[in-house]
Amino acid sequence: MDQMTNTRFDAVTAAPHNHSTHAKVVGQDVNVFYGDKQALFDINLSIGERQVTALIGPSGCGKSTFLRCLNRMNDTIDICRVTGKIELDGGDIYDPSLDVVELRARVGMVFQKPNPFPKSIFENVAYGPRIHGLASGKAELEEIVERSLRKASLWEEVKDRLAESGTGLSGGQQQRLCIARAIAVSPEVILMDEPCSALDPIATAKIEELINELRENYTIIIVTHSMQQAARVSQRTAFFHLGVLVEEGPTDEIFTTPKDQRTMDYVTGRFG
Amino acid sequence: MHEHTLSAFDEQLDSIAADIAEMGRMARKLTGDAVDALTASDVAKAQAIIPADRPIDEMQQRIEQKAVLAIAKNQPMAIDLRVLVAAMRVANDLERIGDLAKNIAKRTIAIDEPLRSQKLMTGFGQLSKLVIAQIDEVLDAYRTRDGAKAAEVRAKDGEIDAIHTSVFRELLTYMLEDNRNIAMCTHLLFCAKNIERIGDHATNIAETLHYVLTGEMLEDDRPKADASSERE
Repeated sequence: MDQMTNTRFDAVTAAPHNHSTHAKVVGQDVNVFYGDKQALFDINLSIGERQVTALIGPSGCGKSTFLRCLNRMNDTIDICRVTGKIELDGGDIYDPSLDVVELRARVGMVFQKPNPFPKSIFENVAYGPRIHGLASGKAELEEIVERSLRKASLWEEVKDRLAESGTGLSGGQQQRLCIARAIAVSPEVILMDEPCSALDPIATAKIEELINELRENYTIIIVTHSMQQAARVSQRTAFFHLGVLVEEGPTDEIFTTPKDQRTMDYVTGRFG
Repeated sequence: MHEHTLSAFDEQLDSIAADIAEMGRMARKLTGDAVDALTASDVAKAQAIIPADRPIDEMQQRIEQKAVLAIAKNQPMAIDLRVLVAAMRVANDLERIGDLAKNIAKRTIAIDEPLRSQKLMTGFGQLSKLVIAQIDEVLDAYRTRDGAKAAEVRAKDGEIDAIHTSVFRELLTYMLEDNRNIAMCTHLLFCAKNIERIGDHATNIAETLHYVLTGEMLEDDRPKADASSERE
């Protein structure tokens, strides 16, 4: 029971941020094609800084596709073509002169299935800062690793076995390790693609608690199939359907009084 | 509105809606019987009302249990959650209506003397007719989710309050005229108040329906015309 109370947010910490915050990521008329097939149609969405935005919608609606546009993960798919404009702090992320590796350091990602490197816990977190040259020496690197693991609420559980393999951890711990790995390179935005779908309810609650803490420092965009999860962790929610952004607004409104009938049908479980 | 992908949830919601409708009929009948017994000084009829309140209480508990279970099982969102919260509220209002009707019956028994004058009852006819019409209207609006009809019910509450105030004054006059009327008129004052409060519960149901349909809670600024508790 203690664990449950620890991992639950109280109403105060989960209170929505004011949306008058700076727009961190802005998508304008974004269209995405996989070969001939169009997956996203004229998406216009502005993501506020230091808050959690949930992308919801049925499978195949384009929410993950949109998420993957935000750090150009779609570049890895040959037949994928993106048009329109996506800006991070006003800078076009599809600018040909932009360094994609640097972009992905600014916009980190956590995947559905925890995917730690088959290396030690320490190395999993140290890898990013090392290749990006963020630490000037061993001591600083150790400091970054500890700080990242602490922020990911994993430090206490792994501090005595940093040399052990990351793949030996439980699923929930592995996912927090992946979050620590993302945090280690000091990103501004963290993308999460169904980060809890492979986790049990307790591990899920811990990740949700972590998301709630992380939004103080990071802009978080989460794709989730769990309506309850979107309602619990996010301040803004965007509903996608058939490649179209149907509705976006404060989470409290999307889940209580959505404006569009399609959103109402989806959040109440009436989608055919 | 479309059906849920999960048909079991629709069945649970339908079952609760059917219970609400049934409970509404029970509360409406009890109110009608209580008013009839009162105006006809029919003690036997009044006695039959008292045990008839029990099934209404049981129905309230049943609806509440079903609603809690449906919430726990389905984690409903938006209008579904409001429908379930509303079911509990409406069941509570109907249970109170049953209690108030029972209380009218108890007073009818307590009066225990022949009506000194039929004119003591004149105001009751109009008051109860209006209140029962309100119950019928609001239950119908609730069943068909008719927000406009619910708004009419809410608007009419002022009329009930106004008639209640006039009944109140009338009864005071009879007490002043002849102090042998005081015991009976005191009971009748309470009965009039109970009928007026039944009307309030009908208005609550109308407001709950508005909440179901819009997600918006109405402020407590419904038209008030009950001046019986105000100084002249």
